[in-house]
Amino acid sequence: MNPVLSLRGISKSFPGVKALQDVQLDLYAGQVTALIGENGAGKSTIVKVLTGIYQPEEGTITIDGTPTRFATAQDAARAGVTAIHQETVLFDELSVAENIWLGHAPRTRLGLIDRRAMHDGAKRLLTSIGATLDPDLRLGDLGIASKHLVAIARALSTDARVVILDEPTAALSHKEIHELYDLVETLKAQGKAILFISHKFDEVFRIADRYTVFRDGQFVGEGAMADATEGQLVQMMVGRSVDQIFPPRSHNIGAPVLTVAGYSHPTEFADINFTLHKGEILGFYGLVGAGRSEVMQALFGITKPSKGAVRIDGQVRVIRSTHEAIAAGIVYVPEDRGRQGAIRGLPIFQNVTLPSLTRTSRSGFLRLAEEFRLSRDYTQRLDLRASSLDQELGLLSGGNQQKVVIAKWLATKPRVIILDEPTKGIDIGSKAAVHEFMAELAAEGLAVIMVSSEIPEVLGMSDRVIVMREGRIIDEVTGDRMTPETLVRAAAGIAEAA
Amino acid sequence: MSILKQREALLALAILLLIGLVATRFPAFVAPGSLVNVFNDTSPLILLAIGQMIVILTKCIDLSVAANLALCGMVAALMNGAGVPLPLILVAAIALGAALGAVNGLLVWKLGIPSIVVTLGTMTIYRGVIFLMTNGAWVNAHQMTDDFKALPRAVILGLPVMSWVTLAAIALFTVLLTRTPLGRSFYAVGGNPHAAVYTGINVGRTQCLAFMISGGLAGLTGYLWVARYAVAYVDIADGFELSVVAACVIGGVAIAGGAGSIAGAVLGALFLGVINNALPVVGISPFWQMAISGSAIVVAVCFNAAQSRTSGRIILKPQEVAR
Repeated sequence: MNPVLSLRGISKSFPGVKALQDVQLDLYAGQVTALIGENGAGKSTIVKVLTGIYQPEEGTITIDGTPTRFATAQDAARAGVTAIHQETVLFDELSVAENIWLGHAPRTRLGLIDRRAMHDGAKRLLTSIGATLDPDLRLGDLGIASKHLVAIARALSTDARVVILDEPTAALSHKEIHELYDLVETLKAQGKAILFISHKFDEVFRIADRYTVFRDGQFVGEGAMADATEGQLVQMMVGRSVDQIFPPRSHNIGAPVLTVAGYSHPTEFADINFTLHKGEILGFYGLVGAGRSEVMQALFGITKPSKGAVRIDGQVRVIRSTHEAIAAGIVYVPEDRGRQGAIRGLPIFQNVTLPSLTRTSRSGFLRLAEEFRLSRDYTQRLDLRASSLDQELGLLSGGNQQKVVIAKWLATKPRVIILDEPTKGIDIGSKAAVHEFMAELAAEGLAVIMVSSEIPEVLGMSDRVIVMREGRIIDEVTGDRMTPETLVRAAAGIAEAA
Repeated sequence: MSILKQREALLALAILLLIGLVATRFPAFVAPGSLVNVFNDTSPLILLAIGQMIVILTKCIDLSVAANLALCGMVAALMNGAGVPLPLILVAAIALGAALGAVNGLLVWKLGIPSIVVTLGTMTIYRGVIFLMTNGAWVNAHQMTDDFKALPRAVILGLPVMSWVTLAAIALFTVLLTRTPLGRSFYAVGGNPHAAVYTGINVGRTQCLAFMISGGLAGLTGYLWVARYAVAYVDIADGFELSVVAACVIGGVAIAGGAGSIAGAVLGALFLGVINNALPVVGISPFWQMAISGSAIVVAVCFNAAQSRTSGRIILKPQEVAR
């Protein structure tokens, strides 16, 4: 059997990062192919290549044996490729029928939109996937599962032949997931080629016919699901080699600094208990959406937990705002630095001193010389490359902006520093600098929490690793158990091999 | 920073050019006394533009300033009629203005309503309150005491008190914005509200303080306005809020927040003030005045857009740029 859609030798890079390197992927009519890989393996990038949002630098896309190019998203849609995303991209204020037909609505002879044909067509499409939705409902009144149905009906309305489901179950309830499985069966029966992207092994084994594994932007292997075991897939996902070099660590662990007990939030996490010591780097690993960042944001006073106690040096501290967190000695370097970390319009030195202004000012007035001194001290330690501290932050490269954000937090002289995905999206050189710097901070006695989805980084930098899944701590991994397999199994909820 | 300063210099140059052009046809316009008059006439606009500039800096807008001015002015006039001593009236006008500003600020902070909607509502409410207090009646010159009316016009060292108040406000708020942590947090909140939260700044509270400053200045200006023109009624300074916003925009205050300076807002107000005072002198019709003020706003906005385009990331090496 020949594949409907076939990718060969696809490469795509971004400044400093090779997102995809010479990968291949085949999709067959009437079959579900699961794309499996860790966070950052290149799954979202390949979806964007398939839907015409990114253009690869190299490689070919073949449909029914004819090579094609997707220069725009419209090209991909015209070729019959459609994607249904985690968060559906639909319009809440329009009706179900309007959403289904938007952009290619049936017309009357006068060139106006034919509302009757639109309604009937929508009804027919919805029925074909077993949905009983009224096409005139406002989309915003529907739940996520129903919105998925509308998205799929929309995909079918364009006569899509390739349907990409990008983590479709992430926001669904148990019952809704089973309805989705039925829907996938319906699509298979209609002869669609389906690409199913999921982190969850039980789902993959349940509905996929074939699998393709990516790792670090490279193709690792493919095959029939029936011939694969969980162990093999985990092996392929994590690989054997840890090819990055991490700085030596002192492992000089002291007294407990931060103790978190019975920490819970109504919807995001429950029963979080851990202790962080002086000089320690504690890794938090889990799949995206496991609740790691949410715990850290609560510790930093951004969201309010419902239960639990936070102790610093044995003293109970109540943290209701970021201001109180900083006063308690906890600082948080957020994952989304552009949005949450950097104020690009302000000069570098003003970014650095923003949380420390009470220290650099005297009797309510700012002292610029003092601010320059403080920011020079900390940016020099981080080896910041900038022509002047008066330069606007927005003019620096991503790696250098990251250094300014970290300098800002260090300047507050914290007891505990929480780094959320500290090396995400920065180039290799800056990565190494950040790692080295983390090791230095720990050696100086700072207590460090590192939230990271990169297994080599978690294993290479941490003294201990806490694994979270679905808002709970699943495992605490130390010593000999600190292997890629242990982490992946715990995060995905697979029993450990005997 | 250098671009900003350059921009303010350009605006100052444009104002001088305008004055120079008028002087070629009407030399008396540039006499010191005449220029003092222009500044004094523009004082209410400058005072409100300072407050508005701080509000815009925090990504908000205050459309209720003129209504706030009218309400505080009316209350000042009524207190004067009831025999309250002048210093107390001044304090009360500023406090009431700040309180009305706090109403705006609290609605934005605690309920998260966009400031344009909040102040559009309170703008009408504040005017309505004046009507309820007075049934639409005017407070005229003969109902005001002499010292009440005299204060803004009293001349000290060649300048009327109104001008001195304006100069003091310019100095005070320049120091506040450039030399205090609160001033810095106004810029941070407007520059990136999310990052400001992560830095330990209470964004809503900072915005509320900006509204209170704007309101307090409107209250003070309310007294000055009513005393100077010796009349108070529902519709004083009607539509003035748009001139205030225009002054800020012309002065290079970014409507998206996070960028701008007191000097810019003051120059923007002076630019409008010179147009309003100089053009009638040379006999240009009021319609042309409106067209010229309008063009100034459009030019200022184009200038802002061009500036933000050039301040993008520099990817090419300098020699490649040159080629």
